[in-house]
Amino acid sequence: MDPVLLVASIMVSATPILLAAIGEMVVEKSGVLNLGVEGMMIVGAVMGFAIAVTTGSPVLGFLGAAVASAVLSLSFGLLTQYLLSNQVATGLGLTLVGLGLSALIGSNYEGQRAPSLAKLDIPGLGGIPVLGPMLFAHDFVVYLSLALVAAVWAFLKYTRAGLILRAVGEDHESAHALGYKVVRVRMLAIAFGGACAGLGGAYVSLVRVPQWTEGMTAGAGWIALAIVVFASWRPLGVLIGAYLFGGVSVIQLNLQAAGTTVPVELLSMSPYLITIIVLVIISARGAHGAPGSLGRPFHAAS
Amino acid sequence: MIRLEKRPNPSRLWTGLTPILAVLLTMVVGGFMFALLGKPPLEAIRTIFWDPLFHPQFAGYSRPQLLVKAGPLILIAIGLSVGFRAGIWNIGAEGQYIMGAVCGAAVGLAFYPAETVLLFPLMVIAGALGGWAWAMIPAFLKTRFGTNEILVSLMLVYVAENILASASAGWLRNPEGMGFPGSRNFKQWASVYNDELVINTGMHWGVVAAFIAVIAAYVLMARHIQGFNIRLTGEAPRAAKFSGVSPARIIFLCLGISGALAGMAGLFEVTGPAGQISIDFGSGYGFTAIIVAFLGRLNPFGILLAGLLMALTYIGGELAQLMLGLPGASIQLFQGMLLFFLLATDVFTNYRIRLTGREVA
Repeated sequence: MDPVLLVASIMVSATPILLAAIGEMVVEKSGVLNLGVEGMMIVGAVMGFAIAVTTGSPVLGFLGAAVASAVLSLSFGLLTQYLLSNQVATGLGLTLVGLGLSALIGSNYEGQRAPSLAKLDIPGLGGIPVLGPMLFAHDFVVYLSLALVAAVWAFLKYTRAGLILRAVGEDHESAHALGYKVVRVRMLAIAFGGACAGLGGAYVSLVRVPQWTEGMTAGAGWIALAIVVFASWRPLGVLIGAYLFGGVSVIQLNLQAAGTTVPVELLSMSPYLITIIVLVIISARGAHGAPGSLGRPFHAAS
Repeated sequence: MIRLEKRPNPSRLWTGLTPILAVLLTMVVGGFMFALLGKPPLEAIRTIFWDPLFHPQFAGYSRPQLLVKAGPLILIAIGLSVGFRAGIWNIGAEGQYIMGAVCGAAVGLAFYPAETVLLFPLMVIAGALGGWAWAMIPAFLKTRFGTNEILVSLMLVYVAENILASASAGWLRNPEGMGFPGSRNFKQWASVYNDELVINTGMHWGVVAAFIAVIAAYVLMARHIQGFNIRLTGEAPRAAKFSGVSPARIIFLCLGISGALAGMAGLFEVTGPAGQISIDFGSGYGFTAIIVAFLGRLNPFGILLAGLLMALTYIGGELAQLMLGLPGASIQLFQGMLLFFLLATDVFTNYRIRLTGREVA
C-alpha cells in the first residue's frame, strides 16, 4: 500500500469524526451532554447532499448542512435548557428524530451522485514531492476541520468568552452567581456543536462516499462522543483520537479490499471494538477531566 | 415573565397527562408533516391510529399484528425501564436482542432435527443468556473500570450486527438453502416454531412473556427491596450508598435484567414472526423500546399501554404506506417526535409555571 495514499485517505476518513467531535467537545465544555450527535450528523449528511445535488454546489451543501443541523440542535437546546428535560433521554430522542427525518428527506435522493468537491491547490506546497500529494492535495473542508481544532483550542485557552464557557461548564451555579448567562452560553455552544456535526455529516455524503444511503453515518456520531472522552476534553486529544480512528477504519477497509483470511465481519466490527478498548483504557487510567457540571440540568432558583 | 418553580414532588396528574398530550401534539405536528408531503393529514392520522383496529377490510389482518409487534417492544422496554429508574443507560438493547436471537437459534440448530418439547424452553434460556451476557460486557466494564455504559452498549450494537451477518452468511446458514444467506426456517420445525397460541390473536409465547414481565416488574419495583434499592440509586445515589446499597450490584442487576429480557425477545422473534436468522433480523425494536419505556413513564403498566400504542403506529404506518403512499421513514420520524414532545411536556410534571411581574434586575 502506497504510504502517500494511505495518509491522504486517513485524513479524509478522519475529517467527519473530527468535525463532529470538536463540536461536541465545545458543547460538553459548556456542561451539556448532547447524545444526539449521530442524529445531527445524519441530518447534515442528507441536507448537504440534497442541497449540493439541487444547486450543483458542494459548498452550498456544506453551508446548508451546518445550518440545518444547528437548527435541529436548537430543538435539543430548547428542551434541555428551557424545558429542563433529561439530557441523556433528549439526546437519544434527537438521534431517533434525526434518523427518521433524514430517511424521509433522503428517499428522493438515493442512487444519485454528488457533485465533486474541488481539491484545494495550495500554490507551492502542492508541488513538494511525497508531502505535497499526502498533505496538501485535499479539499477545503479537511483544512477547515484542522483550523477549527486550532481555533477552538485558542478560543478556550486565550479568550474571555472561552473562559466564560468553561466557567459555565465547570460550575453553573457559581457562573450564574457571577452574572453570566448560563443558558445563553449553552445554547450558543449547542448550536456550534450542531453546525460542526452537520459539516461532518455532509463530508460523509459529499466526499467520503459520495452518495446518500439511509443510515450512512453508521455510528460515526457515537464514535465522536467516545473520542471526546478519549481526548479528556482537550482539542489536541480530539485531533489525535479522530486521526487514530480514521487510521483504523482505512486500514480495516484496505484489508477487506485486499481479501485477507480475516473474516470481513471481524474487520468491519473492529472500529467499534477498538473504540470500546480505548474507552476502557482511558477510564481505567482514571484521568478524567470532565467538566464539573456535565449533564446536570441548570435551574436558576433566583 | 414566565417562571418555572420546582415542585416538591412530581405531579401525579401531569405524569399521567403528559403522554396523552404528547400523542396529541405528535398527531397535530405529524398532520402538518403529512400535509407538507402532499398527503391528506386527517386521513393519514386515521389510517395510522384507527384503521389498523377498525377498518372493515384490513382490521382482520392487522389486529393480531398488534400483539406481535407489541410483545418484543414491551419485553425490552420493561427491562430498560428498570435500568433507567436507577440512572443506568443501557441503549444497546438492539444488540442484546440480536445476540439473544443468535445464541438461542444456535443452540436450537445444534439439535436439528430433534423433536422434543424440551428444546424450545432450552432455546429460550439460551436466548436470555445470550442477551444477558452481551449486557454483562458494559456492566463489567462500568463496575471494574468506570467506563461509560452508554457508549459501550451502543458500540456493541454494531458488533452484534456484524456477528449476525456472519451467522446468517456463514456458521448458521441453512445447509440446504442452496447457498443463500439465512438460517433454517424455524416455522417448518414443529417443536421449535413459536406459533400463535390462540388463532388470529397474534398471541405467541413472547407476548405471554411480556405480560409476565410487566407483572414481575411491578412486583419488583413496588414491593421488593431490590426495586426500592434501584429507585433509591436513581433518585439519590449518595443516600443509596450510605444505606449500604452496592452500586456495582445494582448495575449488574439492571443491565442483567434488561439484557436477558431483550435476548428473550430476540429469541421469541426469531422462532416466531421472523422465522429465521437473516441479515436484516435487527429491526430496530431495541431502539424503539427506549421510546416505549419513556412514554410508559418507566411504569410497568404504562409501558404495556405505550407498547401497544407504538405497535399501532408500526402497523398503521405500514397501512399508510400501502394506502396513501406515505414514505416508510415518516413513521420513524413520527415515533421520534413522540419522545421529543413527551420530554418537552414533562416540564409540567416537575415544575409549576408561574406568571410573575417584571423582575427587578
